Amino acid sequence: MSTVAPSSSPDERVSLAQPRASAKAAGLEPASRAARRRTPASWVRGGGLSSLVFLLPMLLVFGLFSWFPIVRAVVMSFQDTNLATAPTWVGLDNYVTVLQDPLLWICVKNTLYFALLAFLFGYPVPLVLAVLMTEVKRMRGLFTVLAYIPVVIPPVVAVLLWKTFYDAGPTGAFNTILGWVGLGPYPWIQDVHWAMPSLVLEATWAAAGGTVIIYVAALTSVPAELYDAAEVDGASIWRKVWHVTMPQLRGVLLVTLLLQLIGTAQVFLEPFLFTGGGPLDSTRTIMLLIYKYAFGSSIGGAYGKATALSVMFALALGILSAIYFRVTRAWSQS
Amino acid sequence: MTAPTDVGTGPVEPGPGQTLDLPVRTADGRKRTSNEQAERSIVSTADWHRPTVRWGLTGTQWLLLLLLLIIGLGPILWLAKASITSTQDTLRYPLQLFPNGVKWSNITAAWTRIHIGLYLKNTVILAAGSWAAQLFVATTAGYALSVLRPRYAAFLTGLVVSTLLVPAVVLLVPLYLTIVKPPLLGHSLINSYWAVWLPAAANAFNVILVKRFFDSLPREIFEAAKVDGAGPFRLFWSIVLPMSRPILGVVSVFAVITAWKDFLWPLLVLPDPNKQPVSVRLPNIALVTDLGTLLAAMFISTIVPLLLFLAFQRFFLRGAGLGGALKG
Repeated sequence: MSTVAPSSSPDERVSLAQPRASAKAAGLEPASRAARRRTPASWVRGGGLSSLVFLLPMLLVFGLFSWFPIVRAVVMSFQDTNLATAPTWVGLDNYVTVLQDPLLWICVKNTLYFALLAFLFGYPVPLVLAVLMTEVKRMRGLFTVLAYIPVVIPPVVAVLLWKTFYDAGPTGAFNTILGWVGLGPYPWIQDVHWAMPSLVLEATWAAAGGTVIIYVAALTSVPAELYDAAEVDGASIWRKVWHVTMPQLRGVLLVTLLLQLIGTAQVFLEPFLFTGGGPLDSTRTIMLLIYKYAFGSSIGGAYGKATALSVMFALALGILSAIYFRVTRAWSQS
Repeated sequence: MTAPTDVGTGPVEPGPGQTLDLPVRTADGRKRTSNEQAERSIVSTADWHRPTVRWGLTGTQWLLLLLLLIIGLGPILWLAKASITSTQDTLRYPLQLFPNGVKWSNITAAWTRIHIGLYLKNTVILAAGSWAAQLFVATTAGYALSVLRPRYAAFLTGLVVSTLLVPAVVLLVPLYLTIVKPPLLGHSLINSYWAVWLPAAANAFNVILVKRFFDSLPREIFEAAKVDGAGPFRLFWSIVLPMSRPILGVVSVFAVITAWKDFLWPLLVLPDPNKQPVSVRLPNIALVTDLGTLLAAMFISTIVPLLLFLAFQRFFLRGAGLGGALKG
């Protein structure tokens, strides 16, 4: 309590924060209002220094590990960088070699295929789950917890676990279950055609819970009067879903779709751990190619090529988002 | 005479009560704040009284519960079972319950041969450091940007938000090279836990979440504290932080769970196996050990995040909803 002496002078505020600085400030003559705005001492007295002290951790951490690397990515994409010698400028060489890599187009195709499948499997499921869950009167907490459990399982554990389930032999867990109804055995991740859908299935299971929670929150905030009014007009349950719930959720639905597209386009863990990009490059995605350029060889990474591809990929995602917002804005206005 | 009993029952009651009642209480609490009038969903009470709707919906809800039990709890229960089943049984009869008895030695093998304890300890160190770093940076930055508000605060907030627009993939390689050769420090941060802790702290999502929460605190309290002579540090420590427990809880659970889940980044910057967390070690363990031991190791490394979630559901689910609100 003794440190907080009642005081009305602004100097006192600073003294708690920066004893040395305030001592310096207190030693100065009281200046006129105009002069006070300019001098460093008045800046300290006005709280400028303490603001900076509080901002310092963020400035250091973001500067070193966020802003600087983002700028560096663009610079490096025009350079030939290795860890031994100073980087040299190579113009657009990195971009040209990446674009001429036949593997790139396979990866682009695979990434689009993954995103498409993830959209087909994963986009409607959380919405249906959330709509059904908000109708639950008792024990909704239990439903929510169950839906969210896969999200908290470490992804590496989830992938290794599903890899066991995907055992291609007739005694694999999934093949056993499907065998009960006379299906299979299926090759799952060992087959060129089955591998990608298998990866998407696991990814959907792992991610759906998070989206369910977002939708449940959005559904419970739909104003009750809208449903009441629809009922006065004699709307059935289905018409209420279609004409009240869906329009109310449109904003959230549009945003989660874009976030899902951006997220699934950057898929890494599933192909890396399930298949390593195989069989026959059928699950090699753009992220895996970036990893391969930068860290895939023991003789040293092609960091320039990796960043060139990263920058192009990020630009593609940015353009996609811009187009998406343009198009959906037109929809929501009409 | 009354004081000791109050103290005695006081701390005991909320403890178990909180963990048990949370889901129900949170669900209700959140709804009550979002719309004051009677809570309702698509199906009205009138609809509910029609037999077809009632039976159809009740049936659907039981099916939904069954489905959620299978997809949510099923894999974890299977993993728990498989962790004490012999490899042969798991491979041959994956869906039978202990056809040839329980094999506890998987668990002991995971501790003694695989040293899962060491990797769990590494994971805890990584998670604790990331948690501390994220909380420190997010609260100090949020406080400066929201409460102290220097003239350049809006510009800095913009710079922080703009990093949310840059996909994480762009950072991977330049950030790795920054860790190999940090600009200010003399030596490489490879194999140092700082290489995970510091980049984790550069989390724009946290800063924005905390700043928004601070924005919503009543400014009259800050003014009153200032009049009473509280300086910026005291205001931060004694007023703002104690008022921010909900958001600090959300940031905390996300920091810990994200650190626990992280794979690619620790794989790159911690090449020394003795420093790696479980998520990085497990794929390697999978290559060198039998399935039974691997599944036991996997189950052991899932217990902690699972228990954290069950204990702090409120923060998890609020955070997931908040994430949606922020993204939206």
